[in-house]
Amino acid sequence: MEHPFGISLDVGTSLNNLTGSWRTEKPVYVDRLPPCNNACPAGENIQAWLFHAESGDYEKAWRSLTENNPLPAIMGRVCYHPCEGACNRAQIDEAVGINSVERFLGDTAIAKGWAFAGPQSETGKRVLVVGAGPSGLSAAYHLRRMGHTVEIHEAGPFAGGMMRFGIPKYRLPRDILDAEVKRILDMGVTLTLNAKVDNIVDSMKAGKFDAAFLAVGAHIGKRAFIPAGAASKVLDAVSLLRSMEGEDKPLLGRRVVVYGGGNTAIDAARTARRLGATEAIIVYRRTRDRMPAHDFEVEEALQEGIMMKWLSTIKRVDEGVLTVEKMKLDEKGFPQPTGEFETLEADSLVLALGQDVDLSLLDGVPGLEIKDGVVKVAPNMMTGYAGVFAGGDMVPSERTVTVAVGHGKKAARHIDAWLHGDTYQAPEKHELASIDKMNEWYYADAPKTVRPMLETARRIDTFEEIQGGLDETNALYEARRCLSCGNCFECDNCYGVCPDNAVIKLGPGDRFKFNYDYCKGCGVCAQECPCGAIKMVPEEI
Amino acid sequence: MDDTTATAATQKLRFYQKGTFTVGNRLVSESDRSVQASIDRSNALTCGHRACQGCGEALGARYALDTALRATGGNIIAVNATGCLEVFTTPYPETSWQIPWIHSLFGNAAAVATGVAAAMRAKGKPQVRAIAQGGDGGTTDIGFGCLSGMFERNDDVLYICYDNEAYMNTGVQRSSATPPAARTATTPAEGPEPGNVFGTGKSLPRIAVAHGIPYVATATVADLHDLERKVVKAMSIHGARYLHIHVPCPLGWGSVSQDTIRLARLAVECGLFPVYEAEHGFVTGSRKIRRQVPVEDYLKPQRRFAHLFASDEGRGRLKRLQAIADRNIDEYNLLEREGDA
Repeated sequence: MEHPFGISLDVGTSLNNLTGSWRTEKPVYVDRLPPCNNACPAGENIQAWLFHAESGDYEKAWRSLTENNPLPAIMGRVCYHPCEGACNRAQIDEAVGINSVERFLGDTAIAKGWAFAGPQSETGKRVLVVGAGPSGLSAAYHLRRMGHTVEIHEAGPFAGGMMRFGIPKYRLPRDILDAEVKRILDMGVTLTLNAKVDNIVDSMKAGKFDAAFLAVGAHIGKRAFIPAGAASKVLDAVSLLRSMEGEDKPLLGRRVVVYGGGNTAIDAARTARRLGATEAIIVYRRTRDRMPAHDFEVEEALQEGIMMKWLSTIKRVDEGVLTVEKMKLDEKGFPQPTGEFETLEADSLVLALGQDVDLSLLDGVPGLEIKDGVVKVAPNMMTGYAGVFAGGDMVPSERTVTVAVGHGKKAARHIDAWLHGDTYQAPEKHELASIDKMNEWYYADAPKTVRPMLETARRIDTFEEIQGGLDETNALYEARRCLSCGNCFECDNCYGVCPDNAVIKLGPGDRFKFNYDYCKGCGVCAQECPCGAIKMVPEEI
Repeated sequence: MDDTTATAATQKLRFYQKGTFTVGNRLVSESDRSVQASIDRSNALTCGHRACQGCGEALGARYALDTALRATGGNIIAVNATGCLEVFTTPYPETSWQIPWIHSLFGNAAAVATGVAAAMRAKGKPQVRAIAQGGDGGTTDIGFGCLSGMFERNDDVLYICYDNEAYMNTGVQRSSATPPAARTATTPAEGPEPGNVFGTGKSLPRIAVAHGIPYVATATVADLHDLERKVVKAMSIHGARYLHIHVPCPLGWGSVSQDTIRLARLAVECGLFPVYEAEHGFVTGSRKIRRQVPVEDYLKPQRRFAHLFASDEGRGRLKRLQAIADRNIDEYNLLEREGDA
C-alpha cells in the first residue's frame, strides 16, 4: 500500500490488539448450588424446574422435577418445604413459594394425564420393594426407570403407607395420592396388597429377587405407662388416623385430650375436632418453642380451636378425667416435675408419643444391626445383609415424607450400581450460591403469592382439603420470583456490561462464553451478574 | 410533568423475569429487549481498544452508538473531541470504531458535527445523522463555545458528553465537571480545603436546557434501558440535542474496576447525579430513586474522596455533599411520592 508522506503503517482494526494479555484475573462461568436444592431432602433440582416453569413450559418443568421425585402433587401438599426455609429470596422480601408451584405442576400433570416414560431397556434384574409408602414408591419408580423389574409387597390394604394412614385427608386428598401411585404402577411396577413379608430372606428366595429395598415405615404407636382406670378410653394416634381410612369412624367423645408435641399429635387433635369433639386439647410436657411439630401446623390448629396445655404430663387416666402434673423447665431445657397436680376432663385420651417399627420380617437375618428400634444402614443404604437395602422411617433419620422419598432415590441408585457389581459415586456438590454471591439490585420487588385457605368455620367439621392451590397466573408469577441462584438464566447482563465486548452470546439455551483474547479481567460481569454464575479466578502469571 | 414514559419502560411488569433491570430477558419478545441484548448488535466500539479495565466511557459509548445505529438504520457519522475516548479507540493506525468516525481538535467537535450535518444535506443524504461526542473536558471546558453555538443555531446534531468528571487521559486534572471535594492532580487533598473547591464548576445539562433546545437528557451506564430509550428519542428529533452520560473512571476515581456500574448506580441512588429529561427549555421528567442511599455509600469506594472519611472536617464536607444530593432530589423530584404509580 502506498503511504502518504510521513506515514509508515497500514491502518487497521484494533482487533489486532489482544488486550487479554493485560489480565491478572479471569471470569469463568460456574453453576453454583442453589440453597433450595441444597436443602431438599429428596434432592430435587428446584432451580432447574422453576427455570422451565418460568417460561410457561409446565410439562418440561414437571419432567425435570420428576427426575428426582415422582410425587409432586403429594409433595406440594405435605412437604415441609425446607427449600423455602433456605431460599435466598427470603432475604430480599419473602421466600419463593416453591411448594405451591410444585403442587401446581403436580395437579396439572394429573389433570393433563402426563405419564412417566418407561425404561429404555430391561436389565432382567428383579428387585423386591417391601412397603408401598413414600420411600418404597420412590425406590420402585427409580429402579423401574433404570430398567429393573420391580415388585412391591405391601402389608396393608392400600398403597401410600403413612401418606394414607398417617396424614389426614384435609391435608392430602386421597384421589391425589391414588393418581400419583397409579402413575408409578403404570410404568410396569407390580404392587401386591395385603402381602405382609414375614421373612425377607425367604421372600427374596421364593420370588428369585436379586435385591430388596425395605421401607416398612413406623406404624406402631408408642405406649407410655400411664395408670388407667377400668372404663377409661385410651388409644394411640396412629390407630386413630389409620381407622379414619375404614368404614367405622372412631368414637372419641366430646372432650378429647391428645398427649404429645409432634406433628402426629396435631393431626390427631385436628382429626378429633373434625369428628365432632367440642374440645380438643393437646397436652405437652415442654413449651411451644420446644415442640417438634411445625409451627404453621400449630398455628392452623390454634385457628381451628385446638387448645394447648404446655408443661404438663399425664399421670393417671380415669373415666372422664385425667390427672396432670405441672412441669417446669430446668436450665438445660428439660422438663422437671413440680409435684403440683390438677385434673382435666376428658372422654378419651389419644397418645401421640412417637412410633415404632415392626421389624419382624428381619427376624433371624444375619449381619443386621438394630439400634433404638431402627435398622442401621451403610452410606449406600444397604443393611448388614448383602443385597438388602432399607430406607424411610425404619432407618435412623428424620421421619418425613420427603426424607423417605429421598431415601428411595438414593437407595435405588446404590441398588442399581450393586446389581451391576459396581458402586455409585454421587457427583461432587457445587459451591453454595449464598446471597453474598448475588447482585440483588436486578430483582424487582415481588411479594409471595398466598395460597387460599379454607375458612376456619368450614374446616372444623369437614375433612375437605384446607389449603387451596395456585391457578396458572399465580403459579407463573411465583415461579418467576425465583432468583435462579448460582445458575445462569440468560439475562444478558454479562454480555451487555462488558466494556471490552469480550462476552460472546451463544443464543437461547446455550448461554455465553468469554472471549479471553480481549477480556481484560475487570470483573464488571461478575459483579453485575444477578445470580452469581460468574467467578473471578486468578490467572497463572 | 410527564413521568410516565420514563417509569413505564422500566416497570412494564413488576417481577424480575419481565423486569427491565437486566440487559436482556429470555422471556420477553426480541423487540422488547435492549439493543445491547441482541446477538447481532453493531458493536460500534469493538474489542481491542486500550481503555483501562472497567472503563465506564467505553461502555457508555458502545451503548449510545449501538442504539443510534439501530435507530437510524446504520446512518451515523460520529465526530470525536480529543480525550480518552479518542485516544484509547484510535491510536494511529488502529481503530476500534466500526462506523464512519472523524477526529479534529479538542474544542471543535460540535462545530465539525455541524459541518458534517450540513455536508450530508448538501450531498442530498439527509438521512445520515451527525453525532458529536467528547469527554467532560472537551465538552464543558474546551469545546464549550462551539457547543453553545451549535445549540443556539439549533443544528441537527446529537452531542453526547461522557462525563467522567476530570481530564483522565492526561493524568486526572480537574475540569469544570469535577465534583466538589474530589481529589485530582490539580486539586490535591491538601490544605484547608482539600480536593476540588465547593461552589466551583458548572452543570452542562442545565446550561443546555437554558438554550431551549429540543431535547436534553442525562443518563448513566447503570441504567441501560433508560439510556437506550433516550438515544432513540434523541434520534427521532431533528435539531440540537444533548445527552450527558455519567461514566465512572476506575483510574481517575480510585475505584476498583469491577465497581464501575455499581458506582454509576450509587451516584443516581444517592441523588448526586440526577437523571432527567428536558424539552425546549423545560424539565419534563426524572428517573426516580429506587433504593435511596446516603452519599457516603457512593463516595467511600472512591479514593479521590478518601480524605472526607479521614477527619472531622472531612465529615463536615460530607454533610455539604449530602446537602447537594438533597437539593437535587428536591429540584428534580427524584423520590417516588405517595400516589405515584
